[in-house]
Amino acid sequence: MSEVLVEVKNLKKYFTLDHDFFGRPTSVLKATDDVSFSINKGETLGLVGESGCGKTTIGKMLVNLYEPTEGQIIFEGTDLTKLSEAKRRAYSKDIQLIFQDPYASLNPRMTVGDIIAEPIRINNLLPKEKIESRVTYLLNCVGLANHQRNRYPHEFSGGQRQRVGIARALAVQPKLIVCDEPVSALDVSIQAQVLNLLDELKEEFGLTYLFIAHGLNVVKHISDRVGVMYLGKLVEMAPKKELYSNPMHPYTQALLSAIPSVDPNTKKQRIILSGDVPSPINLPEGCRFCSRCFKKIEGCDRDEPGLKEVSPGHFVACKLY
Amino acid sequence: MLLEVKNLKTEFKLKKGVVNAVDDISFSLDKGKILAIVGESGSGKSVTSLSIMGLLQDPGRVAEGEILFKGKDLLKMSKAEKRSVRGNQISMIFQEPMTSLNPVYRIKDQIMESIMTHMKVSKKEALKRTIEMLEIVGIPSAEKRAYDYPHQMSGGMRQRVMIAMALIGNPELLIADEPTTALDVTIQAQILDLLYHMREKFNMAVMLITHDLGVVSEAADHVIVMYCGKIVEEADVRSLFENPLHPYTLGLLRSIPRLEDENDEPLYMIKGMVPNPLNMPAGCPFSDRCDSCMDRCRKEMPQLVEKDGHKVRCFLYEDERQGGKRT
Repeated sequence: MSEVLVEVKNLKKYFTLDHDFFGRPTSVLKATDDVSFSINKGETLGLVGESGCGKTTIGKMLVNLYEPTEGQIIFEGTDLTKLSEAKRRAYSKDIQLIFQDPYASLNPRMTVGDIIAEPIRINNLLPKEKIESRVTYLLNCVGLANHQRNRYPHEFSGGQRQRVGIARALAVQPKLIVCDEPVSALDVSIQAQVLNLLDELKEEFGLTYLFIAHGLNVVKHISDRVGVMYLGKLVEMAPKKELYSNPMHPYTQALLSAIPSVDPNTKKQRIILSGDVPSPINLPEGCRFCSRCFKKIEGCDRDEPGLKEVSPGHFVACKLY
Repeated sequence: MLLEVKNLKTEFKLKKGVVNAVDDISFSLDKGKILAIVGESGSGKSVTSLSIMGLLQDPGRVAEGEILFKGKDLLKMSKAEKRSVRGNQISMIFQEPMTSLNPVYRIKDQIMESIMTHMKVSKKEALKRTIEMLEIVGIPSAEKRAYDYPHQMSGGMRQRVMIAMALIGNPELLIADEPTTALDVTIQAQILDLLYHMREKFNMAVMLITHDLGVVSEAADHVIVMYCGKIVEEADVRSLFENPLHPYTLGLLRSIPRLEDENDEPLYMIKGMVPNPLNMPAGCPFSDRCDSCMDRCRKEMPQLVEKDGHKVRCFLYEDERQGGKRT
């Protein structure tokens, strides 16, 4: 087993939506509710789930955009949640984020060169005269040409902008990169380019990824292990091969079968889930998936199942097992 | 033939030049069939649907061509005629249900408006039909939800409302522009399933605009692949996926990460990106990105050639298809 880079323990993020006269919360949104996992050095952990399942919230807590309500984030042995703000910020350099929307995450008034150089300057990583050449190097790494550094984001296509975002994340030599749906806003032919680029960079820079996506097929390609989330909880987690060949949680099974296949011969029996994801405010008792589950058994609506290890490395939270 | 598009050209006159967003495309659609138009951003698939609906905005305009709906040219109709066809015989659903519903009106009022515009019925009758339709598209406790505002519903629900609104006039043609792109996969499966059943129930034709080849293979009967405003390949769904011909279609299919894949090799990539529409390469628009590009491809534009109902626009197939007729 290789070294653990980051470990998340019982991480919770609650948003108080409303409180009574005395300031006691009356309506709480549990975006991430008691999630634990760890990522080894050099590994890519995929995190999948539908909108509102809390996957992005986890990413934002890792990069310090949200403060966890409870729980620990242990990065290389240090619990980041216990650090003072100044000390916590020092770790921001090690954990970087690639955003979903390459249109909204680049400052339209800065040139691409400045966008990439900014984190280097802020963190005082290099003397001024060396920044220039570092930016050139980073641009080349992500497949952009040096002469493009003086252009503004609007002059680039979506895929190129995503490359700029990746170069910016790489600029501070991070150890962990949280990729928050980095390809979902891109066209299919460009998606493949960006996925391959991320794969190459991982090798070259010795990176570790937390790869967040809603599509199980994209995650399959890039991840070593995959976690499936539903309404703030981790419902299943397993090494990639195991998860895709032997999905155990009914939700994972439904997610896999819902992906439209491009091969008309493998028309599979699709499991179509009824209903919508329930609101994460005022959750029902028992298993959160219970209202849409097609394998519901007696007692599912009473007790909430915990994550159990059913075979080595394969965890599932379901009463069936 | 329900819909026949002939040599449609739609252009956008910009300061920097003219963009031919849709460049001389022809296709037809039968009653009760689902035709998918696939392409990436900028391929002209949405502009095609907007041209049919007459919803193009300045500076866009149809420069040439005919759009025959049941034999009558939509482009030559008066405004009043067009209005009676639109929303009644042809209706459309959009990608983002939140921006296409009016946030300050209740769901029922928006659907009733569409009934009352096209049919002479009392308010009471209109409300009854609205609730019926909401039930058909699978909205639970429709009687209550009809009084909701759009923001009170989830994305999937809103798309169901849009479909209810589109189907209320019993249209013969439904244009669905990326109807599931903004939705989660499990909800996408629900909506595709719904569209499929509605097609059977009302025997309507569906023109499905999408960028997702998976959606196409699950839902469509016939497929058109567009690139840079041109049709590059057209076939029925089976032969397109079993025997894709155009290098672009091949590339698209190969670059999708598949669940069945066992190896961890890098994904196939189509190199480069879509050319700037103001600065198109001479010859085939895909030539710069094509793995099998020949000298000829950079100079001449290939024609769409047909064999056994499978059309492709590529020089690779022109010679061996001498027997096939040119279209």
